Amino acid sequence: MTVKVASDWLNSCSGCEISIVDMGERLLEVLKVAQFVHLPALMDHKYFGQRGDGHHISIPEADVGILSGGLRNQEHVEVAEAFRKSCNVIIALGTCATHGGIPCLANTFTNQQIQQRYYTTETTDAPGAFPSDGLPPLLDRCMALDEKISVDIYMPGCPPHPDHIFSALVALVEGRPAVLPEKSVCDTCPTQREGKGQLKSLRRFLQAPQYGSAAEPLDQMRCLLEQGFLCMGPVTRAGCGGDGILPRCISARVPCRGCYGPVQPHGNQRLDMLNALASNGIDIGALPESVSMLRFSGAHGRLRPPLP
Amino acid sequence: MSQVITIQPITRIEGHASIGITLDDNGNVADAKLNYQSLRGFEKFVEGKPAEEVPRIVSRICGICPWHHHLASNKAVDGCFGVTPTPTGSLLRELMQTIAHAEDKLLHFFFLAAADFVIGPTADYAVRNVIGIAQANPELATRVVKTRQMAKMILDKFSHKTIHPVAGVTGGFAKPLLEAERVDILAKMEEILDFALFTIGFAKKEIFPKYMDAIQTLGVITTGFLGTVDDDGALNLYGGRLRMMRPDGTYTDFDPKDYVDYIGEHVEPNSYGKYPYARFWNEGFSMDLDQPRGIYRSNTLARINVADKIATPRAQAELEEFRSLFGRPTQATLLYHYARLIEEVYACERAIEILQDPDITNPNVRAKVEPGAGRGVGCVEAPRGTLIHDYSTDANGLITRANLIVGTTHNLGPMNMSVNQAARSLIKEGQVDEGILNQIEMAVRAYDP
Repeated sequence: MTVKVASDWLNSCSGCEISIVDMGERLLEVLKVAQFVHLPALMDHKYFGQRGDGHHISIPEADVGILSGGLRNQEHVEVAEAFRKSCNVIIALGTCATHGGIPCLANTFTNQQIQQRYYTTETTDAPGAFPSDGLPPLLDRCMALDEKISVDIYMPGCPPHPDHIFSALVALVEGRPAVLPEKSVCDTCPTQREGKGQLKSLRRFLQAPQYGSAAEPLDQMRCLLEQGFLCMGPVTRAGCGGDGILPRCISARVPCRGCYGPVQPHGNQRLDMLNALASNGIDIGALPESVSMLRFSGAHGRLRPPLP
Repeated sequence: MSQVITIQPITRIEGHASIGITLDDNGNVADAKLNYQSLRGFEKFVEGKPAEEVPRIVSRICGICPWHHHLASNKAVDGCFGVTPTPTGSLLRELMQTIAHAEDKLLHFFFLAAADFVIGPTADYAVRNVIGIAQANPELATRVVKTRQMAKMILDKFSHKTIHPVAGVTGGFAKPLLEAERVDILAKMEEILDFALFTIGFAKKEIFPKYMDAIQTLGVITTGFLGTVDDDGALNLYGGRLRMMRPDGTYTDFDPKDYVDYIGEHVEPNSYGKYPYARFWNEGFSMDLDQPRGIYRSNTLARINVADKIATPRAQAELEEFRSLFGRPTQATLLYHYARLIEEVYACERAIEILQDPDITNPNVRAKVEPGAGRGVGCVEAPRGTLIHDYSTDANGLITRANLIVGTTHNLGPMNMSVNQAARSLIKEGQVDEGILNQIEMAVRAYDP
């Protein structure tokens, strides 16, 4: 059987779509069983009709709707609502769609502050008024998809691993529920944990961690958190390594920053991390700021402008 | 009665944009504009963040070219902290960036642009795409998918994260390259170079000759050009001097850190995106088709125009052939595609050169770093154009100010003009159909925004 798929990108960077392409030859397999009816990245179906004379956003009927990116302006909401109407199953693809992602760092500032900076940089000829003619108005903050429409499948990741995109699509075609990782990054990380011991404070990532030769496998290296680096592995959903399991950033000898969002769908990465550190007696005062702990999951009101 | 045509979204491009065309009472184009609809505010929200974290944040500006943002940002942070990366750290960064170029150009040419030429500009939209190409020519499609995947997986396997990379770090690179990895990547790059040469040969034989009329007319405008060259005036993607060429071919070279003295950004009421222009030409900004002011272009055609030469032999031979056909500078917008395939050859050759550098496997990949107050400007050539990241930090190494000019932004004015030019020449007396509207989009797609 063939499954009809509609896909679009909202307040996004296109990394999720490139991750779809990174399925490689498996993409050609998918194309044999999935018929794309709307996919701006790769095909030319238009919102307002092929001759551009329509007045309402129209998305063809589809079995599956895949949306990446969060919601930042009114048009994103209109497209998301059109998808909800036209698609039986909605997949929120990527951490922007599931938890807000990096663009939600904007939520610690007001729209006025953001536009004020952008339109008055040292290279910019400051305009009398911010652009607005025919442009979709900004929402008052950046949101995850489920703040405006209901979502059936959450597939976090910045980006989600191609292995999981592939297995989820195959599951949908075969009429099975998609099975995605639910553990934490730490649960899948092979580095050596010997206990926090004497560790009293954390350092910024300004020098390389200790490990033997570069050829040594990851399980020979001591846990980066135990080495004193902030690593968001304990409070982050696993999956970045795909079927190969090993966490990506830690494999590059670089600490995790939490790109798969919280382990529990409604968890708070900053709160959970601060609690974990405090319960081990680790001082957090050495870290210059903690907003970054929510850099991937600042939607749902978790990040806001400071009170005046 | 006037009629409004909205082409939205512009498809088979990377960003979020639309085209609005207004026809007058006679059905001719009164106005045609490109609207750039995205505003995310990276310049603001990196403020207050530890600078060394920013290369892992700003990569999210673009999921197609995250390596370029990641590395321009790392260069800017190096500048803020006053650190010079180790030689091997720099080489590894350039290696990743160069292979990312090689992968990106295959993606753009075959997955995004080719359908217009291979399937045809006026073909049914349901088959005018890479899926249609896969059905029409499964053998070529399989080879394309395999080769592009090979390039992408080199980056993925060595750096462990290639969409939104993390392996570039302040002071250099996070991990060294082992000899066994070097040998493996070298063999793969040789194979990708073969495919790059096949591709440009195929395009010169099967594609470009069929579209010579369109090349001479579609979206053609008169502008200056911006790109990076090395000390010998040769094309460089990773760093060097910026060269701004006027439409008449004369040019000015400058250090990227002085970009503020040369480039301004104009704001239009109908676009969230800003419009960079050559401020130092002192002629202001205008997108008038007959008398443009301050307008220059970036991306492949611009880089090929501003470079005196290319330092690798096969790409240089292709450049010479290109110049003998089209001169220097050439203004033909569709030649962005041809220039892209020349750069593809260069990127493969350059990656091979770096892999043959004896220093590439040196384990000293990261210099010592102390956070502090300073300013840094990081500049690389991203696939879509010159990319500038400019940060200031406080004594604690936190970002106090950021200014970004990203690749595609340079081309917002030129794309607007190309859309306007294409719409005016293709739509006459109310005669408009899907094929014509797609040809107007092709004028945008050439820029690979």
